[in-house]
Amino acid sequence: MKHIKVIQKPCINNSKESGCGECQASCQSACKTSCTVANQTCKKEEK
Amino acid sequence: MLHTFNVNNMYLVLDVESGALHSVDKMAYDIIKADNEGKSPYDLPYEKSDIDEVLKEINELKEMGALDTPMPDMPDISESDGIIKAMCLHIAHDCNLRCKYCFAETGEYRGGRMLMSEEVGKASLDFLVKHSGNRHNLEVDLFGGEPLVNFDVVKAIVDYGRELEKKHNKNINFTITTNGVALDDEKIDYINREMYNVVISIDGRREVHDMLRKTPNGKGSFDIIVPNAKKLIERRGDKEYYIRGTFTSKNLDFVNDVKELEGLGFERISIEPVVLPDEDELALRTEHLERIFAEYESLTNYLSEKRRNGKHIVFFHFMLDMGHGPCLKKRIKGCGAGVEYVAVTPQGDIYPCHQFVGETDYRMGSVVTGELNRDIQNNFARCNILTKEECKECWAKYFCSGGCAANAYKYNGSIYKPHKVTCELLKKRTECGAALYAESRTEE
Ligand code: SF4
Ligand code: SF4
Repeated sequence: MKHIKVIQKPCINNSKESGCGECQASCQSACKTSCTVANQTCKKEEK
Repeated sequence: MLHTFNVNNMYLVLDVESGALHSVDKMAYDIIKADNEGKSPYDLPYEKSDIDEVLKEINELKEMGALDTPMPDMPDISESDGIIKAMCLHIAHDCNLRCKYCFAETGEYRGGRMLMSEEVGKASLDFLVKHSGNRHNLEVDLFGGEPLVNFDVVKAIVDYGRELEKKHNKNINFTITTNGVALDDEKIDYINREMYNVVISIDGRREVHDMLRKTPNGKGSFDIIVPNAKKLIERRGDKEYYIRGTFTSKNLDFVNDVKELEGLGFERISIEPVVLPDEDELALRTEHLERIFAEYESLTNYLSEKRRNGKHIVFFHFMLDMGHGPCLKKRIKGCGAGVEYVAVTPQGDIYPCHQFVGETDYRMGSVVTGELNRDIQNNFARCNILTKEECKECWAKYFCSGGCAANAYKYNGSIYKPHKVTCELLKKRTECGAALYAESRTEE
């Protein structure tokens, strides 16, 4: 494609089967005032 | 749903429901935007043949399922399964600083100064393990006030945690949030050995920090903290840490604070918007938004320039590894406050999170008596991006996950009503993070 470049393929639907709950609770990582969930990584993928 | 945005002349299109991100040229950007707003792309000042070419590419993306995708099937999260996996322990409702913007009212949390006892600390861990079901990784943040003013109890709690890990086959990640004043060699080595993450509060430039982070006798604390923090980080190896600052209406030029912290040798930085009622002179209000947006863009520029020169600085709120983000369930649920994350006061009372402590309507139990109000747990579970009106229609919903319940409650009196200014800031940061991500991917 000339005008459009795919930077990231669809990545939300794919992960819907998980939900193991082993990942970090968002407010524990730094902020304690304003959570951002999207910058948490998935523990399953880390393994 | 689509979101088109432009950061520092990078044109990007996010397909909200699939999480796909596209970098486009200006013409494609205008066409996609027009199309998305229900306008005819042929009214734009481009050649028909060019417009047709772009529309063809748009169709290709749609066929790939990477543009205009429908909402995915949602996992059911309408009820909490009761599992608690993370805890914030208020080791001390007391502090050795008197910061002007402290949400804990310099440690008191409306309840007076008090230290957590070893017994309450241990009871908290017992409670956590008991409610953690089959979760292996648990988290305990040692928080305050200032936890280092009650350091013997910190050590006793960690020791006890290590015993429980073995007994119950769990992994407890301890973290500590400190102002750094009381750090000495012994504490530094202890923290570096035992803590999975450490967060030290420094606001950035000396004058910014000292204006608000004062000792009880009114002096600035920068010169006490910075050498301690440097020593800790130098000895920390590659374990995680954050230097965390707060920006207020008095330092909207906070890129200078990031630069200052970087100059001091810190590479993992978080500078965050203050949470204060609108009347407060330090508060961030709607009229500050444009200025803050510009500052976030300038920070994006600065970080990307650094990266191109081989220096990787982590700015917490711009971290966005889109390909390896959390699963859908987590994106819907958000921070987990009141559901799988709770805070415990020095007396052993349980609250949905550290920022709810002292809001007695939200007291949800006690680690001492073992009671837990499941109704509150379920109320928080039901409050998510599928049920909050604003969030349902928001393009940033899978990144933000519904924002901060405490914030919503404090500003708007309901955990269901997100605070507008906070939302706007979150959205801008998400755009900046996505732009940095796109840039690094393009270079790869
Ligand atoms: S930015 Fe605001 S509206 Fe959007 S998901 Fe977050 S809290 Fe909800
Ligand atoms: S409600 Fe707000 S402060 Fe509390 S855990 Fe969630 S994001 Fe953090």
